[in-house]
Amino acid sequence: MNTLLSRANSLFAFTLSVMAALTLGCILTTAFKDRSAPVRLQVSRILLKKVEDFTGPRKRSDLGFITFHISADLEKTFDWNVKQLFLYLSAEYSTKSNAVNQVVLWDKILLRGENPKLDLKDVKSKYFFFDDGHGLKGNRNVTLTLSWQVIPIAGILPLVTGSGRVSVPFPDSYEIATTF
Amino acid sequence: NNSGSDFFSLFLQLYYQVLNFGMIVSSALMIWKGLMVITGSESPIVVVLRCIYLSVSPPSGSMEPAFHRGDLLFLTNRVEDPIRVGEIVVFRIEGREIPIVHRVLKIHEKQNGHIKFLTKGDNNAVDDRGLYKQGQHWLEKKDVVGRARGFVPYIGIVTILMNDYPKFKYAVLFLLGLFVLVHRE
Repeated sequence: MNTLLSRANSLFAFTLSVMAALTLGCILTTAFKDRSAPVRLQVSRILLKKVEDFTGPRKRSDLGFITFHISADLEKTFDWNVKQLFLYLSAEYSTKSNAVNQVVLWDKILLRGENPKLDLKDVKSKYFFFDDGHGLKGNRNVTLTLSWQVIPIAGILPLVTGSGRVSVPFPDSYEIATTF
Repeated sequence: NNSGSDFFSLFLQLYYQVLNFGMIVSSALMIWKGLMVITGSESPIVVVLRCIYLSVSPPSGSMEPAFHRGDLLFLTNRVEDPIRVGEIVVFRIEGREIPIVHRVLKIHEKQNGHIKFLTKGDNNAVDDRGLYKQGQHWLEKKDVVGRARGFVPYIGIVTILMNDYPKFKYAVLFLLGLFVLVHRE
């Protein structure tokens, strides 16, 4: 019974060491890879309203509605150590009260095995685009970018921004839709 | 065979085992403290113990399918790194013990660097405002415990099993004790 126990013990210890070495190998071989990809973004419609922010602080704030097109080929980003990509489209802009504002408008989980080529048209934002005040009205430069977080099977969690971006001006007045 | 020397060799074996055990514990402690210094974070490794899922179905992961209970997350907390959307932050709500691991959805940063931000779990339908304190709409830098930079799956499963099934914990301890006794021969 003694040898059985010690055999089981060495087998268990060896299995753990092999798994650890494999995991380390997975991590090291993909740690420094470039995960970026070209992205094409287009905005088709913008509408600006002024509403009481019902998602949180109840003060009247600018609320934007953007419809956009996304096309990207993420096939090269997937490899043996990628479990999923968390994609998110965010708008970044600057206002008088806040130097940096970033709002995620849309996100998607792309699992390994799903179609990595995205070609989406007329996508409406998933999340309410409330500003912290009235900084969207007449804002000349609101930049949309598509980024993704690589979720590995084991290893680093890098955030990568796609190489295409689009900057749009917001209308000077409320309730008037601008189409592109 | 002198019974005195038998007794002495048994004592040496026991002494050796105690020293061995002490070495393992102090090495683990050194690694833990070393990680604390390198990452600048209070809790450099967080075992994802419990995720809050806003729905009537039985509690499951709010960051699935990326992270599940039992995965190990590596955090850093370099305060100079600006908080940006898309990052996974580990934060604590005032008055609550358990840290939450969610993604940043929205940020508003002033010229002087003061930032307020909103979070949401990937698998949740709504943002985290329902989890924050009564009247709290934003998180700030002071609420952040660390930012997730890397992860290894399944490692914490033993901790979870021992937490959820105390009988399992006792069984493991019992088997360990049994093994030490048997091995000493």
